[in-house]
Amino acid sequence: MPFHIPQEEEYKDYAVVMKGIVKQFPKVLANDHVDLYVKRGEIHAIVGENGAGKSTLMNQLYGLYNADSGKILINGKEIGIDNPKDAIAVGIGMVHQHFMLVGPLSVAENIVLGDEPTKRFNVFDLKRAKREVKKISEEYGLKVDVDSKIEDIPVGTQQRVEILKTLYRGADILILDEPTAVLTPQETEELFVVLRNLQNDGKTIIFITHKLNEVIAVSNNVTVMRGGKVTGQIPTKETSSRQLANMMVGREVLLRVEKEKKEAGEKVLEIQGLKVNDNRALPAVKGVSFDIRKGEILGIAGVAGNGQSELEDALTGLRKKEAGTVTFNGVDISTATPRDIREAGMSHIAADRFKYAMIKEFTVAYNIALGRHYMQPFADGGFLNHKKINSISKELIKKFDVRPPEIQLFAENLSGGNQQKMVVAREFDYNPLCMVISQPTRGLDIGAIEFIHSTILELRREDVAILLISMELEEILSLSDRIMVMYEGQIMGEVKPNEVTLEELGLMMAGSTLEQARSEVDE
Amino acid sequence: MNKKKWMRIAIPIISIIIALLIASIIIIWIGEGSFADRLRFLAEAYNELIKGAFGNKTAIMNTIIKMTPLILTGLAVGFGFRAGIFNIGAEGQMAMGALTATIFAVNAASLPTFIAIPLTMIVGMLAGAVWAGIAGFLKAKTGAHEVITTIMLNWIAYNITNWAVTGPFNAGGGIPKSPEIASSAKLPNLLTSQASFMSFGILIAITAAIVIYIILYRTSMGYEVKAVGFNPYAAEYGGINVSKNIILTMAISGALAGLAGTLEATGLYHRFYGTLSSGKGFDGISIALIGQNNPFGILAASLLIGALRTGSNQMQFAGVPKHIVMIIQSIIIFLVAAERIVMSIMGWNKKKGAK
Repeated sequence: MPFHIPQEEEYKDYAVVMKGIVKQFPKVLANDHVDLYVKRGEIHAIVGENGAGKSTLMNQLYGLYNADSGKILINGKEIGIDNPKDAIAVGIGMVHQHFMLVGPLSVAENIVLGDEPTKRFNVFDLKRAKREVKKISEEYGLKVDVDSKIEDIPVGTQQRVEILKTLYRGADILILDEPTAVLTPQETEELFVVLRNLQNDGKTIIFITHKLNEVIAVSNNVTVMRGGKVTGQIPTKETSSRQLANMMVGREVLLRVEKEKKEAGEKVLEIQGLKVNDNRALPAVKGVSFDIRKGEILGIAGVAGNGQSELEDALTGLRKKEAGTVTFNGVDISTATPRDIREAGMSHIAADRFKYAMIKEFTVAYNIALGRHYMQPFADGGFLNHKKINSISKELIKKFDVRPPEIQLFAENLSGGNQQKMVVAREFDYNPLCMVISQPTRGLDIGAIEFIHSTILELRREDVAILLISMELEEILSLSDRIMVMYEGQIMGEVKPNEVTLEELGLMMAGSTLEQARSEVDE
Repeated sequence: MNKKKWMRIAIPIISIIIALLIASIIIIWIGEGSFADRLRFLAEAYNELIKGAFGNKTAIMNTIIKMTPLILTGLAVGFGFRAGIFNIGAEGQMAMGALTATIFAVNAASLPTFIAIPLTMIVGMLAGAVWAGIAGFLKAKTGAHEVITTIMLNWIAYNITNWAVTGPFNAGGGIPKSPEIASSAKLPNLLTSQASFMSFGILIAITAAIVIYIILYRTSMGYEVKAVGFNPYAAEYGGINVSKNIILTMAISGALAGLAGTLEATGLYHRFYGTLSSGKGFDGISIALIGQNNPFGILAASLLIGALRTGSNQMQFAGVPKHIVMIIQSIIIFLVAAERIVMSIMGWNKKKGAK
């Protein structure tokens, strides 16, 4: 059954109807006569690449922007939403991609913030706040500890707090803007459970994402956007990831890149008995040994927090190694600085883009120069060579399709996907012997993912030794030549991607050895 | 948030205009008689202020003498800000620089002028660099916050310099001052007018501003300093030695403050009075703020504050208390520091358009 476009008399069954929405920004037409129909009580996914106009559309529904033309109907009634207050008044709540929480305050305080219960003389009533928060948290099965400080709880729980915030304000229609971008696979699963519970309680959920497997897993209907227009409206049951991907990108997309056969070359990176501590000085990597050869991709799978990021930082010189040796291209780099390691030919795509891989206050050109800002051709005798910096940046930006192709733009003004492309462009341009790549596609849309995956394979073709750390099992499986699973700082085993099932990998990620996993799967 | 370039210039200028408007209201309020009389009073006050700062050769010289140390301490603080370091210790670094340079200059009689002058400056800059470097080292190696350590170092410097000019390095006569420096180390005069004189220290200060500009915008070192200031994690990831840069930035910042003290001693007083800096180190913070940490902005801010202070004496003759200048200065700093106020007055912080 195709997607049902409701007639006017049916609008009363629809929580949200947006008709002919147009929003013009100075340089782009962000929404071009967009229609959206969200039935009451459904989970409706809006998918599209970065910059397709999804967030703009939702920001208009939430009153953050005002539409140039078009109308909005909530439960069949046409209303004007000028600001978030209006939106909250008609029962719309929004959970933004970047959380709006106050770190040092407790969960309960954050949830009631701006709408606090008070005692006499307008004094804040913390007890009542806690009681009320507990009540709604139990009512919707969203478990939180009301006394914990926001800064002490994991991201997944913080998101729960954001959802509770909207429920506390009486939201019936929840908008979630890319809620899974910051979550681990486990937290994503938990979120889906929460969303289904909310749906059972009669809430309507609008869910923006560009991860297609999530759409398939959780939504009832999908609206696909591309370049500010709606390119598809379809019930989830009637579609597939592939079809959605094509609608999103507007062409055939390879969901899984093709990797040719290739013999690995000589050893480039050799790690022996490596031990690394985490920020609290507790052992995080507990004596691992492995090596990587030329033209080979070694994938490291694992649940976040099992020592992968400490391993990443130790190899690239950002973190002290407690024990063990790292030999790179025949040279011992166990105590080398990040600069030594870069000069020796190792480049690095860091998992945490904002913290490590870019300086958001610098221009794109300056970000491209990062790490080589002191050497030829970027600098000459201590002076920056701006001409070269600009010409090289321009070339790279074009080659890696960073949009907009403006090298003097501050990096913070690029979208997430384009920031990552900028980082990738820089790190690929090192002509590295070895590359440590961590979470290369986190938060990216499929177009960008396809591009980055094929570039990684391009490096493999050029005989670069690659260590790929990722929480996306699909990514690890499709790119790696060998896969190691890390669990609690140790390597649970090494497998070939074509000799292992997702199920076995999952068990190893939870602490089984390969043999245990195999026997358990057999049973 | 990255401000647009024109905003960096517009915000201080609008702040200055608002400050002058508020000062005008106060002056009109102080005045007596009819409204027209009061307006005449206001015009006269500003007229005297301008005449006092630029009205004749002596006035201009005084303005320049006042702005010279402000340029250098402003650069000292502004350069630190660029690396994310809040150097509150320019005051102490300036005093240590002046003391050390004076000790050297007093004993430099045997050196020819063309050696004595640069050498004295180098000694003064080194002293400031070392003094600030202590705070830089503590921050880089132990994480001790520079605001705390530089404040403490200020007090140590204050006591050392006071002890020096009252004790071992006292010129006698019951006044806390050092002996006069050797004439070979005195900065030659650029301008003289009647009994007053002005050394070429201003040229050195302007040169320093140009050098700092080149370092910040044209060199790999400036790139590293800014990278560390914006995001030390990303700087480290990009192979930049964060500790080294913190110490280096602190040392350069201290050298600039030390140079400010040196020029005061060798160009103006020809000796060291212990309390010479009299807040000019702290003024550097205001200057850096108004100048938006840009070397040329700092030059302009120093000129403004130097002129206001020089002109305020003259304004007093018109019957306006010179403290009005303090009010103007404070309002400017307040508005520049709280730039959102200016932005909302001008309606610049409307919702951003596209994401």
